[in-house]
Amino acid sequence: MTRLDPRPSVIADRLKKVKKITAVTGWKGGIGKSVTASALALLLNEKGHKTGLLDLDLTGASCHFILGSGKAFPREDMGLIPPFVHGVKFMSISFFSKGQGVPLRGANVTDAIIEMLAVTLWGELDHLVIDMPPGIGDAALDALKFFPKARILAVTTPSPVARDVLRRSLAVYKAMKVPVAGLVENMGPKGVAYDPRLDAALGDPEKLLKTAFARRLEKVTRKFIGG
Amino acid sequence: MHEWALAESVIKAAAEHAAEQKMKRVSEVAVVFGELQAIDKEIFPFAMKELAKKHPLMSAAKFRIIDEPAAFRCRACSEEFDLKRFRKESDEAEFIHFVPEMAHSFIKCPSCKSPDFEITAGRGVYIKHIKGSK
Repeated sequence: MTRLDPRPSVIADRLKKVKKITAVTGWKGGIGKSVTASALALLLNEKGHKTGLLDLDLTGASCHFILGSGKAFPREDMGLIPPFVHGVKFMSISFFSKGQGVPLRGANVTDAIIEMLAVTLWGELDHLVIDMPPGIGDAALDALKFFPKARILAVTTPSPVARDVLRRSLAVYKAMKVPVAGLVENMGPKGVAYDPRLDAALGDPEKLLKTAFARRLEKVTRKFIGG
Repeated sequence: MHEWALAESVIKAAAEHAAEQKMKRVSEVAVVFGELQAIDKEIFPFAMKELAKKHPLMSAAKFRIIDEPAAFRCRACSEEFDLKRFRKESDEAEFIHFVPEMAHSFIKCPSCKSPDFEITAGRGVYIKHIKGSK
């Protein structure tokens, strides 16, 4: 036999007590995926759901900044137990990077994702929200492979450029038979309007939940998240 | 210790491979420990032995540990280097222990200082071979 990577064998086990998985995607950068994923996780927790948040944007991780995770760090006990940040179980490469950049090529991204998924013990969750990297490169394809139960929450903006990319992404998800459960239009009048006070709330989950952004996100995702 | 999670993956993957090969019992699993990840050499073998007891195919397996030195090749200037030249802070070593790719945040090519290098050997844990009877 050639060398055998044992880690993928346990990934499904690590997720077997997770009821719903939502991958927050958007193929353009800077359209608000991370703040949407973070706020969605906080809203789900606010509604009483046991919720986890996984930041899979390894080279541009930012959920830790949005949540203000501070000195939170995973606990070692037969694996890595994600810390609770404002009631949400949170896992991110940022725990291990000391605030430095994480310059990774595609194969390294895949290896790092497999490592994190193999050793992270989520336990029981009603919802796991994944902040996906922009685009449909290695990290996104790995996530869709390792999370076969995942449904997509697609994020876009009113920009014609973002909408054009969205159209192509939805076609790819359809071809891959990945269910698209919802669409959030950020910074637009029909969706989640631009909130000038959002930036000041970043890093403080309680403030973030009170923003017009979060309350509007709650409305547009009400059917999607239930309650 | 998080070694248990990786040890569990070794036992499960070996048991699955043995079942695919229609082995009746596994006699030996050779497990490579890459230097970069710095796996605990007491905890990991102990964890594998304990976890193997739960698998009928694996309960008599011996575990052979093979150490693999870490080796790197810079993608920018082709310099080849090893870990001996680097003195990592203890927290950096711990972070690399959890996710070996964090080496790209803390180690630079000694020649050109680029973080864009390939880990050519000794990254982490993998199975080199599984022996058993059919």
